[in-house]
Amino acid sequence: MTARLHVDWTRCDGHGACAELLPHLLTVDDFGFPVSRSGEKDPRVARRDREAARHAVRNCPLMALRLYDAAS
Amino acid sequence: VSSQTSVRRLLDGTGTDRHAHLDRYGPLPHLSLEPLLAAVEAGGLTGRGGAGFPTATKVRAVASAGRRPVVVGNAMEGEPLSHKDAVLLARNPHLVLDGLEVLARALHVKRAVLAVGPDIDPSPSRAAARHRTLEIAHLDGGFVAGQETALVNQLDGRRAVPRDPFTRVTEAGVDGRPTLVLNAETCAQVALLARYGADWFRSAGTTDDPGTSLFTVTGSVRHPGVVEAARGSRLGEVLAGSQPVDPVAVLVGGYHGAWVPAADLDVRMTRSALTAYRAAVGAGVLHVLGESTCPIGYAAEVADYLAGESARQCGPCLNGLPHLARNLHRLASGARDPLLPGEIERMSALVSGRGACAHPDGTARFVASTLDVFRDHVAAHLEGWCPSRVRPASGRAS
Repeated sequence: MTARLHVDWTRCDGHGACAELLPHLLTVDDFGFPVSRSGEKDPRVARRDREAARHAVRNCPLMALRLYDAAS
Repeated sequence: VSSQTSVRRLLDGTGTDRHAHLDRYGPLPHLSLEPLLAAVEAGGLTGRGGAGFPTATKVRAVASAGRRPVVVGNAMEGEPLSHKDAVLLARNPHLVLDGLEVLARALHVKRAVLAVGPDIDPSPSRAAARHRTLEIAHLDGGFVAGQETALVNQLDGRRAVPRDPFTRVTEAGVDGRPTLVLNAETCAQVALLARYGADWFRSAGTTDDPGTSLFTVTGSVRHPGVVEAARGSRLGEVLAGSQPVDPVAVLVGGYHGAWVPAADLDVRMTRSALTAYRAAVGAGVLHVLGESTCPIGYAAEVADYLAGESARQCGPCLNGLPHLARNLHRLASGARDPLLPGEIERMSALVSGRGACAHPDGTARFVASTLDVFRDHVAAHLEGWCPSRVRPASGRAS
């Protein structure tokens, strides 16, 4: 199982908390919306980043993030 | 492998007359799920609405979801250049409904609905639906309303905008039930597969890309309209009957599609052959660009339209598409800024994959293809002239 981070773009308003909390997974675009650094649509979250990712999910003011287990 | 161009499986319909329809196509067999799935899978049917996803995979996902599903025929046809679903439903509504009905029976569905877009007359479908247990829903909406999650939202009485696709509609769609959304033409193809089987289906098209497709031919042609052709036909063969006028390139797949230069009209209409152009048969739109139309100006107008059709839910689409359109207009109108093409390419890449639906991806694909296929044209604009406005005999004078 691989943990991945999913953004619900219909909820996200570019608050930017996720990119601050997960700087090596996410950056922001010209408009302040998160961009996956790896280019993956739902970026893979390494074991060492899981806790930070859970923190980012809890701290998204729009509840636009979710961490899920994917087959690959 | 046969790929004769002119095949009329779908367009030789008999209108709303049920008896004539049964004379033409024969009775609709009652198939349980496995034989129907076997025919669809062996026939290699892929969706005719745009994404080209294998139909059997979708049917299987819905069948295994555990609750009685809903099946939806999608005739929203939000792409302004496409008219094939409108023509299909005018000429052959029974065949589309046959497909929905055979799927509805095999899947023991709770509901079967044909969703008809605002620009399509629902009356032939309503007439053909008499004595059948399926609903005809005449719905509202623009470019993205036919996207399957937006369609599910509208059928559930919510706003017709896409939703986050994390939960697939095949798991939870209309009424929270597993939902199979198939393009109207795909439904008609299912009806043919149910009647005549996979071998017959494969007697047109190629091994990798079997069957026929409807194509809407528009733009610089003498006879715009909807034609049916075997998959794998050459682009030039599909266009021939419409008589292109001074073609420079063909937009394959509509506003979310990509350009094939007129020098390559022998390319075959298959997934694999079109990959080189980052194009796909999609919903079968073939828009011919004539030599007197500036491709950059055309692309800027299309990008404007697509930016305006954003559901305005997702930041990258809401902000990025107008940015793309603005810069295409600057390039088209002669702003001699050498950084413009790179900036347009950067923004195209940036919006891709970052939305609830494929609207930003499709727009980016179209824009990137425009810069790539018309790079000489872009270079001319950066030098301050437009090849479309200069007749060959008059040189570079404007």
